[in-house]
Amino acid sequence: MSNNQLKIILIDEQPERFEILDNALREQGHEIVARISASEDIIATVERTQPDIIIVDLESPGRDTLESMQAINRDRPRPIVMFTNDGDSATIERAVKSGVSAYIVDGLSPERIRPILDVAMHRFREYQQLRNELEQTRMQLTERKLIEKAKGILMKKRGLDEDQAYQSLRKMAMDRNLKLSELARSIIAAAELLE
Amino acid sequence: MQPETRDLTLGFIPLIDAAPLAVAREQGFFETEGLNVRLSREASWANIRDKLCVGSLHGAHMLAPMSLAISLGLNGIRTPLVSSFSLSLNGNAITISNSLREQLKNLNPEALASAHQSVISLKQIIDSRRREGQAPLTFAMVYPYSCHNYLLRYWLAAGGINPDEDVNLVVIPPPQMVSQLAAGRIDGLCVGEPWNQVAAARGYGTILLKGYQIWQNAPEKVLALRADWAQEHPHTHQALLRALLAASRWLADDRHRDETVAMLSQPQYLDLPPEPIAAGLKTGGHVFYRYCANFPWRSQAIWLLSQMIRWGQIGQTLDPEALAASVYRSDWYREACAAADIPCPSVDHKPEGVHVSEWQLESLTLGPDRFLDGREFDPAKMLDYVADADIASIHPALENTRQQ
Repeated sequence: MSNNQLKIILIDEQPERFEILDNALREQGHEIVARISASEDIIATVERTQPDIIIVDLESPGRDTLESMQAINRDRPRPIVMFTNDGDSATIERAVKSGVSAYIVDGLSPERIRPILDVAMHRFREYQQLRNELEQTRMQLTERKLIEKAKGILMKKRGLDEDQAYQSLRKMAMDRNLKLSELARSIIAAAELLE
Repeated sequence: MQPETRDLTLGFIPLIDAAPLAVAREQGFFETEGLNVRLSREASWANIRDKLCVGSLHGAHMLAPMSLAISLGLNGIRTPLVSSFSLSLNGNAITISNSLREQLKNLNPEALASAHQSVISLKQIIDSRRREGQAPLTFAMVYPYSCHNYLLRYWLAAGGINPDEDVNLVVIPPPQMVSQLAAGRIDGLCVGEPWNQVAAARGYGTILLKGYQIWQNAPEKVLALRADWAQEHPHTHQALLRALLAASRWLADDRHRDETVAMLSQPQYLDLPPEPIAAGLKTGGHVFYRYCANFPWRSQAIWLLSQMIRWGQIGQTLDPEALAASVYRSDWYREACAAADIPCPSVDHKPEGVHVSEWQLESLTLGPDRFLDGREFDPAKMLDYVADADIASIHPALENTRQQ
């Protein structure tokens, strides 16, 4: 499969509306791995088929489920493209553009599908990058907490001051070729065992 | 005072607690105030959020925590909202699958009798499933920023169950809960009425407990508006609040119950037979007007924030009082009450979780407000309250705050 071919899930409540989209996507060589409505099992379908992109009808109640899947990261996040046929699209488009990973257009004209998918994928990657950076910050915070705690243990057990405790942690980590946070974790675990 | 604009579109999700909007329209209360209101049934809370934030809806029936989450920027693009009007208290229930009901009953016949017993038995089932290497139970709720999420988690945690580790929590929109339960994809759910009654009537599950058993007279939906729109349309906003006050008062009259049920069952509202709606009003125990139900209590906004912190949804330090004051605009509510000659509280906070029965505040009668585990909530000590919780998943960025 070439890079340009995508595995796609379509979530629509009125099948006839998505017929044209379905055909156009297949003609462009994409694979429709599932076509379901919100009363079916969206979560399991996404987990089973591992799509590259999800296309959802704006009027599908499945939006809330999809958003929460992205938020809790239960599953590999993926771009969501929303389609609408009603007159709301111009305003909704603004909201979505400033949001996260979705893109929207009114009408389902086949010639516009390709650029929409491209834009959605691009925007999604940008967003993912941002998200990864945030995740990293969160990790760093957790690590810092562990180190603080391990430092506290050393200060108490060995009567060191804060700086000495930190230097001693650093040395131990270097001697054992461990990351500071990994060492901190084992010191905390050991202290808990001894208590 | 002339309203700045007469034509308004308000969004709602098909639930019994959208009744004040339906009544205000069908009984002519909007019209009396000179407003021409179109009600737009929406398919998802995400749609409500997006359409309200960009202005294609002027106002919406909204989950109370959502108005805070959007104002904080936790949910989509940050947009300051206001909710000067609480649409209802109570209205939710927890329904479990028939098979989970059997397991609970076999374990302990008393398990179905109380909120406390049920969750203790549920924990035993969860523990034994884990020992036997079975998949965790799946519970559904309607939205991450919803009282359903917080009530469900409160109940689970009160029984020693960690909602983030011991069960699988998923989001499913209210009308789809029934089919998901029928298909055996979920073991339990927390949703607003009439969807518990629909599931029970079709034989797919049993209503295990009412939201009231977790928190008596808990806040539920609000009327949410964009803050800048409300600032620019003060007279329209006041007219809207007066119309909703009149609709809420109408709803409180039991003689209007049949008419309410018939109204909500119409295709443009819930599009359901009258029976589950009538039954849902009973299990839901909706309070639309009594007990100052429409007052936007900042103490309740702060409790909702406490749960967002408890469950790791907030990763930034914030001033809960300032946020509650900017979203829960009680001053605007009081203005509408004064014009309609309806008494309302002069204070913005009340202690939550301390009253087992009706009580008096400034000659007003308020309802019981106990939590299932008897804990009390002082809004001035929100962080202590969160820190005291045995089970929590606080965001690492806030852990330091917790230790202080």
